[in-house]
Amino acid sequence: MSALLGRPAAMLATVAHHQIRLSCDVPLDGGQVLRRPRIAFRTYGRLAADGGNAILVFHALTGDQYVASDHPVTGKPGWWHRVVGPGRPVDTDRHFVICANVIGGCMGSEGPALDHPVTGEPWAIDFPVVTIADMVRAQVALLDELGVGRLLAVIGGSMGGMLALQFAADHPDRARAVIAIATAARHSAQNIAFHEVGRQAIMADPDWCQGRFLACGRRPTKGLAVARMAAHITYLSEAGLTERFGRRLQGRDRPSFGFDADFQVESYLRHQGMTFVERFDANSYLYITRAMDYFDLGERHGGRLADAFRGSRARFALVSFDSDWLYPTAEARRIVQALVAAGAHASLVELSSPHGHDSFLLDMPELNRVIDGFLRATERAP
Amino acid sequence: MTLEPLPPRLARVAELVPKGASVLDVGCADGLLLRHLRDARGVDGRGIELDPALVAEALAHGLSVVQGDADTELAQFPTAAVDYAILSEALQAMRAPDRVLTELLRIGRRAIVAFPNFGHWRVRLDLLLTGRMPVTPDLPASWYATPNIHLCTIRDFEALVAERGWRVEARRFTRQNREVRWHPNLWADHALYVLAPGP
Repeated sequence: MSALLGRPAAMLATVAHHQIRLSCDVPLDGGQVLRRPRIAFRTYGRLAADGGNAILVFHALTGDQYVASDHPVTGKPGWWHRVVGPGRPVDTDRHFVICANVIGGCMGSEGPALDHPVTGEPWAIDFPVVTIADMVRAQVALLDELGVGRLLAVIGGSMGGMLALQFAADHPDRARAVIAIATAARHSAQNIAFHEVGRQAIMADPDWCQGRFLACGRRPTKGLAVARMAAHITYLSEAGLTERFGRRLQGRDRPSFGFDADFQVESYLRHQGMTFVERFDANSYLYITRAMDYFDLGERHGGRLADAFRGSRARFALVSFDSDWLYPTAEARRIVQALVAAGAHASLVELSSPHGHDSFLLDMPELNRVIDGFLRATERAP
Repeated sequence: MTLEPLPPRLARVAELVPKGASVLDVGCADGLLLRHLRDARGVDGRGIELDPALVAEALAHGLSVVQGDADTELAQFPTAAVDYAILSEALQAMRAPDRVLTELLRIGRRAIVAFPNFGHWRVRLDLLLTGRMPVTPDLPASWYATPNIHLCTIRDFEALVAERGWRVEARRFTRQNREVRWHPNLWADHALYVLAPGP
């Protein structure tokens, strides 16, 4: 594991993000209140005079507001530049695109990595546990600040899809279209189990310092890297891994009979872990996975998911991938069935891809076609 | 707005749907019928389609279509959800056509069912003369490649309807899109029924 030590990345904390402080407090499901939280966000394109071209993009667990512009830490293109950008399905020439870092995140929105507004010390694990609904509440407050009323669409994949569904449930009139990709309406026991492995890896790292690693000048990079490695496996498929790596060895002809990264797949995962710790806060990882685990949209309605969507006037498009075993098509189907039962207009497309859950982030012309067609049809509709 | 003309068989189905009704089109392909019903008759439509590429096309036309297999997907629809449940040219491809019809009559207050008549004289003659599974313009695939696994004749269909106690509200038989009145099971190549649940 020596390869996982990484550099003592101070970079994350020093990057400046475009950020505003909300003029209102955000009450949380856990009973606490975030006093005028800071929200970091990016916008692309121009808001039309009638305000009808706004699209709110929700990011996934380890995503951020840099949906279509280079990441300030890694320098890589925006995480969804294939879908969002000039001439893309979410077209920054045509649409006004908003993407905000979720609360609990580590890219400039109120979260464990920011300093507590009163004490001046990092929030760390004094930050209250937040839920998917809390994240939506904060982003709706941001829309209000920005003067954006009814959206053309909300869209997101994975956790972003959960946020889109939560938004639709809590604000049935605020978006004309809802696109939820590779997602679920609740976290399954298996989903929670994988997240727990990640959290335990972080908390077992002595550099986590009971959550106060920022104050101690340390970072639990080993634990966070292991969490990322375990999670990354769930984003891929067995067929995808076999196709890409098989049993091929990394930079050698024969096994080392030791514990180096003999196999290409090991080397790949270690690389994923190492690069991740440079751009992500370990406590944010705890908070956001927790929010996802608590997510069960039907819970507030006695387990009847359909009741969560009753009264919604939005059109819904659910997209799943046949090789995604993390949020399989059956979950998307359950959501669509609830929407149909609620009398909403809902569509479901299962796309074929060998790349598992991560498919929504990859080059998928079929996905682009679905999003583009659905958005254009929504724009044409009265 | 100019409407894309419907092929005659779909046009006959469309004629049966009153203005402003709600429909579920099972096996809706790219949504041609649903689009026509929406634009010409203000119909509130939804669809089910197995092929993801066709679902994507339907979505791009602003339709609400769920990708899935009618044999299993219909069970999820609420009872009396729509005025008309439509099954056009797909009955013979169902694994359990009788169960699908039962579901259509649960979901829709009425069901519109259209299918090719396997009792048509050319089919009979083909089998009689060649001794091989008939291949016709309606049923172009060979026996091993055809999606049509449960073909039936008009008499077969009538027998099932009678046995299940469904009510026939309308029937139309055609040959090459022309009305057939006499001995439809022999002369018609296509049948269209409007069914209701009760006797």
